[in-house]
Amino acid sequence: MSSSTDRIERKILLKAPRSRVWRALSNAEEFGGWFGVDLKGKAFTAGKRVQGQITYPGYEHLVFDVWIERVEPERLLSLRWHPAAVEPSADYSREPTTLVVFELQEVDGGTLLSVVESGFDDVPPARRLEAFRMNSGGWDEQMRNIEKHVATP
Amino acid sequence: MSPRLSAPAGKVPLKKPALRNSALIFAALGDETRLRLIAVLCAGGTMSIAQLTSGTDITRQAVTKHLHVLADAGLVRDVKVGRERLWEFEPTQMEEARRSLDAIGRQWEHALMKLKLAVER
Repeated sequence: MSSSTDRIERKILLKAPRSRVWRALSNAEEFGGWFGVDLKGKAFTAGKRVQGQITYPGYEHLVFDVWIERVEPERLLSLRWHPAAVEPSADYSREPTTLVVFELQEVDGGTLLSVVESGFDDVPPARRLEAFRMNSGGWDEQMRNIEKHVATP
Repeated sequence: MSPRLSAPAGKVPLKKPALRNSALIFAALGDETRLRLIAVLCAGGTMSIAQLTSGTDITRQAVTKHLHVLADAGLVRDVKVGRERLWEFEPTQMEEARRSLDAIGRQWEHALMKLKLAVER
């Protein structure tokens, strides 16, 4: 599906070599560092499930739970997850997942990283609402924090 | 996004009316006939029930019922022109549903900024 409600796509130019960006993505521990999840001792292997405790302040009771689909060195990493697994006691195993694909491309001045998350059209309406809950939470504040952080030399 | 930044229940109060509103929108759109009506109204502007049913095998009563579901969700509204009741698309609610997806996109932007900080150090 490719409707405008099914996918999210973002791109970012990273002023770092492709090998460096690949390490930050594919090394589970490093991934956990910027993503906010404890993945110490874990590895991203195609076809394997990876779980870790979220370390992001206020969300430490939640578990990051993904299935790694493809690992193509320095080019592509893809995984599946449940887009709104916010209830620690709930069983999400039968619910549809969304697919997240990271792709790397060498460009002048660094590496272009794109991330596409797709499959939202298959998520039942009620579950979409769960995924969208952060609308009402402190997300805007987090965005301001990060802006402040990057603005500091 | 660090985690899917959904507010954990009980920690951050949810804007309940906003959620209820979105639930109505998604439910209203979860039907083929109603989606078709929305598409026709988007393209055609203000239309009568006769116009909406012409060329289809759907009854007047059925269309009326569907229009009321859409109206309850705030997706369409009726306007009276003389003695005739016409229907038109009301775009605001639709935009709200789209904003939900934009919010997930912002989570990604947030996560990617953190990645940028990590690899450019």
